[in-house]
Amino acid sequence: MTADYSEQLGRRLAAWSIGARWLLLPILTALCIAVGSGAATLNFASDYRVFFGAENPDLIANDNAEGAFGKPDNIAFVVIPEQGSIYTAETLTAVHRLTDLAWRLPFVSRVDSLTNFQNTVGVGDDLIVEDLLLDPNTLSPERIAGIRAVAESEPLIDGFVTSRDGAATVVSATLQLPGDTPNVASAAQAEAREIRAQLLQEVDGLEIHITGVASLSAAFEEAGLRDSSTLIPAVYAFILVVILLALRSVSAVFAALSLILLATFVGMGVGGLGGVQLTPISLAAPTIILTIAVADAIHVISGVRAEMRAGQSQREAVIQGTALNFAPIGITSLTTVIGFLTLTFSDSPPFHHLGIMCAAGIAAAWLLSVTFLPALLSALPLRFGRGPAEAANPMTALADWVIARPRGVAGGAVTACLAAMAFIPSLTINDQWSQYFDESLEFRQAIDAADPYFGGDAVEFVLDPGAPGAVTEPRFLNTVDAFAAWLRTRDAEVAHVFALSDVMKRVNRNLNGDDPAFHAIPEDRRLASQYLLVYELSLPYGLDLNNRVDIDRQATRVTASMKDISTAQTRAFLEDARRWFAENGGGYQLDITGSKVLFAFVAERNIEAVFDGALYLIVAIFAILSLTFRSIGVGLVSLIPNALPLLTAFGVWALLVGVVGFSVAAVGAVAVGLIVDYTVHFLSKYFRARKSKGASVEEAVRYAFETAGVAIFLTTLILVAGFSILLTSSFKLNADLGLLTATAVILAMAINFTLLPALFLLAERWRQRRASGARAPSTPPL
Amino acid sequence: MRASSLAATLIAGMTPTLALADAALTSADPKERGYAIAARSDATDAGFGASSVRLAMTLTDPRGRKTTRELQIDTLEKSGEGDGDWSVTRFFSPPDVEGTALLSQARILDSDNQWLYLPALRRTKRISSANKSGPFVGSEFAFEDLTASELGKYEYIYLGTETLGDGTEVDKLQCNPLYERSGYTKLHCFFDTETFQARRLEFFDRGGRLLKTLDLQAYRQYPGGYHRSHRQTMQNHLTGKSTTLTFEDFDFGVRLSRRDFEPAALADF
Repeated sequence: MTADYSEQLGRRLAAWSIGARWLLLPILTALCIAVGSGAATLNFASDYRVFFGAENPDLIANDNAEGAFGKPDNIAFVVIPEQGSIYTAETLTAVHRLTDLAWRLPFVSRVDSLTNFQNTVGVGDDLIVEDLLLDPNTLSPERIAGIRAVAESEPLIDGFVTSRDGAATVVSATLQLPGDTPNVASAAQAEAREIRAQLLQEVDGLEIHITGVASLSAAFEEAGLRDSSTLIPAVYAFILVVILLALRSVSAVFAALSLILLATFVGMGVGGLGGVQLTPISLAAPTIILTIAVADAIHVISGVRAEMRAGQSQREAVIQGTALNFAPIGITSLTTVIGFLTLTFSDSPPFHHLGIMCAAGIAAAWLLSVTFLPALLSALPLRFGRGPAEAANPMTALADWVIARPRGVAGGAVTACLAAMAFIPSLTINDQWSQYFDESLEFRQAIDAADPYFGGDAVEFVLDPGAPGAVTEPRFLNTVDAFAAWLRTRDAEVAHVFALSDVMKRVNRNLNGDDPAFHAIPEDRRLASQYLLVYELSLPYGLDLNNRVDIDRQATRVTASMKDISTAQTRAFLEDARRWFAENGGGYQLDITGSKVLFAFVAERNIEAVFDGALYLIVAIFAILSLTFRSIGVGLVSLIPNALPLLTAFGVWALLVGVVGFSVAAVGAVAVGLIVDYTVHFLSKYFRARKSKGASVEEAVRYAFETAGVAIFLTTLILVAGFSILLTSSFKLNADLGLLTATAVILAMAINFTLLPALFLLAERWRQRRASGARAPSTPPL
Repeated sequence: MRASSLAATLIAGMTPTLALADAALTSADPKERGYAIAARSDATDAGFGASSVRLAMTLTDPRGRKTTRELQIDTLEKSGEGDGDWSVTRFFSPPDVEGTALLSQARILDSDNQWLYLPALRRTKRISSANKSGPFVGSEFAFEDLTASELGKYEYIYLGTETLGDGTEVDKLQCNPLYERSGYTKLHCFFDTETFQARRLEFFDRGGRLLKTLDLQAYRQYPGGYHRSHRQTMQNHLTGKSTTLTFEDFDFGVRLSRRDFEPAALADF
């Protein structure tokens, strides 16, 4: 595409748009609003599982386990009495009351607490099954001491329902949340808060925190809502300030805002039509679309302003301003759109959603900025005034500085980049989801408050003896027991273990008159099966054996409630568990699932997936640049200023922060799509000078600095400010994405201002030296 | 068995009360009318004495995986006020639990008396549990659902007359459990207007939401006029699980006495 041809195309399109403006403006506006109305169907995802792709093997394993054993969605009330012990009449009465109230939660199938624990006692040939605390009016000091003795000796209570120090207890409601109904988790969370408020009105001296898997799902929604009420206003305020500062014209602000609004409508509307579920991640889309659309608008409008200041009529200025920017905006939008589209390679659907919504919005911004924007600008009263006499272009000085010492500049830039990149190996990836949430969010506070007392995420170890009905084989049950015992030795990672072997031992003891000698795995398979039947008969409303044993009696799960450890620690722990089981697992099969496992491998899976995407992205950018500049050599060379800033940004991040979440996988695609624009802007001016003006390399570099430099600087400012707004997100993955992208953009500007021109200058010198020395035929000029 | 004092007088055939009952069946008071409809259904079963039936209990999980248990249930018609029927449930499969037997002496408003015989332990254990709302051996049936037709368990309110999907005309009652520790806030009971048999029960959980639906199908009438459903399906709407009971022929001629429903009898089979 030659500059002349694209300029002519731009002229024609702008002129046509202006001519048809009274038709075009309402039609385009209506079209964008029509697409945007699709956004009405957007709903918040109410299940944390949305973060995992349908083909993610960890999710598939997790779904299978949940199919066999039930979903673990729950709301947990963590009750911490101020006076330090739960074993008082007041607290136990309050827990009893809370247990009743929790049945009010939507989709509740079971409430478990200290008071309704089904305590079994064997007396002679009687097996007594009853609530640990049936009637709070009967509480005497002796009764309380009895409850405490049971709680501290019962593996299903100690460390799970009550903290080991007796300072806190949990009332946990199991919810059967329908996967297809929006906002169910947040509705349950809202009801949980009502219940808490009601109880706290009745009872003094309690601290109650609400956690659990359903609360986690709700927290993602709440973080998203919080963001949409803070980020979006912030980004609009930012845009107003930037446009006013940059353009100093109310009409221009109006035109730019209209463009931005319509582009955002399209982006969000496409999301709605595509069935996107909103998450804090996909909610970054409006911020990103706005930021990039504003850059498009400013390029066009400042072009128009320059033409008007040069004395052109408004109509001619609008046409010329659009025409000049037609190719750069087209190419940069194309690369950015491709960058966002490669997010669909991610393993995590919210990133697909972000990618698709941003790509649609950015494409709309591009089309609107060469049709709608000139049409609107021509219809508005535009007055920019003469403006202050242009001061000496600061870019000239920068250009001279680079031209004077290209070797030093290139060497310095490369050294600095390599130094930063050396830190990349120290970068650790952590997807401990509790850390995703800002401390200002109630959910984060609840996790932090519960952490000293109870485990959070579960790891489910599914043990399979290989034949239906074989879970009651004594050899298998002994393996389960040994595995549970091993898990309990890992108390740095594991807070509590729930295993079928504990149930078996208790039933055996109960049916033998509570003789402690029988607190062991039964030695006969038939007996164990019949014990299982006794256990089934003792289960209360809403509980069934499926919670522990699958329907064929071929698998049982051992549940480890994990402490809030990092994903690296989790992976190491899982590795150890597999090794232990390989050596001591009796040849049985072990599968490991659970939310903790999903998050432990989410980064790995996303990074793997994104590498595939990155390959396409690199090829696409190489092809676009090679075609634009009609040189494969230029295409290759320009990969350097595009790859370096990104890698350097990771290095800088490793040095300053050290930890990233799985959103890191998205940064590459987003950032490359943005920073390639700088190379396009800079090189297009450079080659324009070289070819159409016959300038020397030095002159062309200076020309590129003087013409594209300011635009690049301004764009950087806008992008950095826009992406920095994501820093205020209450969701850490967004903040990471924003800050890393902003860092990469700044570095990209620096490298395009130093290394890129220095390379051209050095190549020219080298070529001259070879030409003068060997008189070899010259290589095609860069 | 499932007769209350009103039903008992009905059976006695006292003409004035019959007239009264007829009047009650069309009463404008929904409670009176509801009770009369339930009592009419209950009366059709009075006097069966004892029965024995083999059945298959098929559990289906949300993924559609199934497992089947073979049982036999012997039932003795209730003997006194406040009592439900007595039953012995014997397990034939899975093989590991063959010979296990559960004796249940149901009581309408109190906890049931239960004994379990474990052949591997060679002992009968009394199970003392207030746990009627708990599940019956892993099924979607709670213990209290098995005796859902006991007249004295509920307060009845007539809601209207409807037509089920298969065209059966039914009276719809709201049944409010009188048992203090029931797992339900209410039931909707649908009685066939022709045969007076229960065709569908809907169970509402503690939050008042529809939890389960029991469909009673494949009714057959036995000599003596007793109706029995041969396929009962309980669908849990919350968990997606279901349980189907498929009955073989009921044996009403079986010679069973109170002695067969004592703990000591469980081991002899």
